[in-house]
Amino acid sequence: MSEALPHSGGTKVSRTSVLPSRHTCPRRNKAVALAVIGLVLLAASPASADEAADLAAIKSQLSALEHDYGGKIRSLESRLAKAEADAREARAAATTANRSASTATVAAQAAAQTAEASANAAQKAAAEAPPPAAPPASNNAFNPGIAAVLNGFYVASSHDTQTAHIRGFAAGEDARGPLRGFSLGESEVSLAANIDPSLQGFLDFSMKDDNSLSVEEAYIQTKDLPYGVTLKAGRFLSGIGYINERHAHDWSFSDAPLPYRAFLNSQYGDDGLQVRWLAPTDQFLEFGAEIFRGDAYPATGASHTGQGTVTAFVHTGNDINDSSSYLLAASYLHSRADKRDSEGHLFDGTDDLGILSVVYKWAPGGNPVVRNLTVSSELFYGHEGGFFDATAFSQDRFGWYAQAVYQFMPQWSFGLRYADLGSSNPGPALAGSLLDDLGHAPRAATALLEYDTSEFGRLRLQYTHDEADLKPNDLILFQYTVIYGPHGAHRY
Amino acid sequence: MKKLLIGAALSAIAFSSPASAALSVFACEPEWGALSSEVGGDKVSVYTATTGAQDPHQIQARPSLIAKARSADITVCDGAELEIGWLPMILQQSDNSKLATGQPGAFDATSYVRLLEQPSRLDRAEGDIHAAGNPHIQTDPRMMLPIAKALAARFAQLDSANAPYYASRAADFEKRWSAALAKWTAQAAPLKGVNIAVQHHAWIYMENWLGLHEVVPLEPKPGVPPSSGYLAEVLQKLQATPAKFVIRAAYEDDRPSQFISEHAGIPAVVLPFTVGGTDGAKDLFSLYGDTINRLLAGLKK
Repeated sequence: MSEALPHSGGTKVSRTSVLPSRHTCPRRNKAVALAVIGLVLLAASPASADEAADLAAIKSQLSALEHDYGGKIRSLESRLAKAEADAREARAAATTANRSASTATVAAQAAAQTAEASANAAQKAAAEAPPPAAPPASNNAFNPGIAAVLNGFYVASSHDTQTAHIRGFAAGEDARGPLRGFSLGESEVSLAANIDPSLQGFLDFSMKDDNSLSVEEAYIQTKDLPYGVTLKAGRFLSGIGYINERHAHDWSFSDAPLPYRAFLNSQYGDDGLQVRWLAPTDQFLEFGAEIFRGDAYPATGASHTGQGTVTAFVHTGNDINDSSSYLLAASYLHSRADKRDSEGHLFDGTDDLGILSVVYKWAPGGNPVVRNLTVSSELFYGHEGGFFDATAFSQDRFGWYAQAVYQFMPQWSFGLRYADLGSSNPGPALAGSLLDDLGHAPRAATALLEYDTSEFGRLRLQYTHDEADLKPNDLILFQYTVIYGPHGAHRY
Repeated sequence: MKKLLIGAALSAIAFSSPASAALSVFACEPEWGALSSEVGGDKVSVYTATTGAQDPHQIQARPSLIAKARSADITVCDGAELEIGWLPMILQQSDNSKLATGQPGAFDATSYVRLLEQPSRLDRAEGDIHAAGNPHIQTDPRMMLPIAKALAARFAQLDSANAPYYASRAADFEKRWSAALAKWTAQAAPLKGVNIAVQHHAWIYMENWLGLHEVVPLEPKPGVPPSSGYLAEVLQKLQATPAKFVIRAAYEDDRPSQFISEHAGIPAVVLPFTVGGTDGAKDLFSLYGDTINRLLAGLKK
């Protein structure tokens, strides 16, 4: 930032900071200095005759003040005592005479009124009365709410997760499975606050285990636009799909489902603008559209050509009965890629993706504390066309997953997930390339056991049988996730 | 695709019915929904977001709640962070600036009474504590008087045309409530000084009102489910200082209090906690009537 400032600007700033002292009235400064010196001398020097007289005058003034205030304090004390006595009396009277009005609250208030106590006394009596409507505290007064998410993994797998491919897909870097051994996963620090009555801001840093720091989200969002319209601008996670908008620590499993890894490099977020409109209906119905810079997978190369990504989505949901509810979503994403790199292979062309999502939640009587169930499934259908390593191609791709997480007793839950992918033949010219699935349908099955120390701490044990590549891989994963600071409430 | 979306949007608008009442209230808990109806009468339409079977600390931010908050004029909630786990998400997603914190459309009942147990130390190691104090004020019916008054004033502020109506409803409520309070307090006289155990530390205001004495909570820390080791400690404590019965709210897991009931040989008393918590707690008045009947029944067992 400071580097960006032109040099002359910097000089100007320093000049303006010097100028005011030159312009202040020198005479007044001198007078103040003299007065200060005089006072110091007065206090330090032995008293001359004049000064002795002055001192005597000051002393007498002080004692007069003392006397005056002493009297005032005594009178205040007596008024306070009277008010307290009145309060006691009134309380006693109120309890005996009218049991119904027996709240100490009401009595103390009444007492305070009848006693016509001084401000001090009233304050004393009001210690027992309700406070005036206190302003509800916001997260952290005027400071942003700062929250941290810590994540740790231990992964044991039968094969290296970093060299495995998802057959038939030219995927991004984050599509790989978790690192073997101990790793930090992703730690996040977020700062959230209202900026003014119209805007709120959110900033989320993410620290990867390789010590790289990235801005996961940094956006402003409107708070008071009419007609249920919300605008969001900056870097943010797209509203497409069901889990895309959630941060990784908020997912039901330790990693993204296979279709998210293959189609969206685990999660799609970019720099752009979002508009949402919530319909004024009893049925939850929300429409959204986004336009992005187009620098994140599946798009790339925005800086070369200014190509972008556009999305549209609609969410709807409601309660089925006291115990169950649902959410449905349909999303569409269109992006363009310019030299998108997958392990050194370049893709130029367009990517279209549609996602259908369904979520069902159940809790007995709507109370999820003891037992609850969440079942969700998403269906991905997409098309990529253009050039792969300068070879023209057109390919249809699809994928789906279904998962269920059941909390069977407080703090304990169990989950299952199955995911499956497929892609059409990219043509003989690309046989054997990343886009060729070699007749193999990538799939993965996952089981999860989770223990929550509280709503802020979580331990997970997850087992995955991963057949994304030709060689099946078995993974056992331990994960802890903790959240501290004022962490916002969770999405549905 | 576009045509379909527009079509869906238009049909959605067509189906949304205009509200006939002057104010649309989004009440977070049943007791505040009931009080809103007492004060607002037919000038308000009340939607209650939760039921007596639900734990108000832990509610899922369901789509239906977001849709209801979208068109509400005022939220009438407990406040004091009771709803912090779900209401902020609903408010954020419903994009209704009328309900933002600090607006007249955000009414917190706990702002109008003095809260007990304001923690001197805020630390999540202490469990689920609330910075403003214990939020479960509705267990003491005396709290309803200042809150009803404040609520009427707030309704009047939002809907000045009906201000006299709200004032007269509140005055009428105060009269009926004062009479009911006198009756309940007289009925509950035998409960004074009685030792009790509680499942969640949620009854402090009721204990204050009726002079009950809480020997021990079954949760080691607020909101932390008890382990069997902790329950053994509770049993020891109850041997030293016997309690007449153990109480829990209707929405709570019955196992801890059932365990204590069996092993300490004292009855487990289920209290409605809010309107609709039990069959007997049909409205605001019967909530407290039923509570006292159940406590007295526990005393006789």
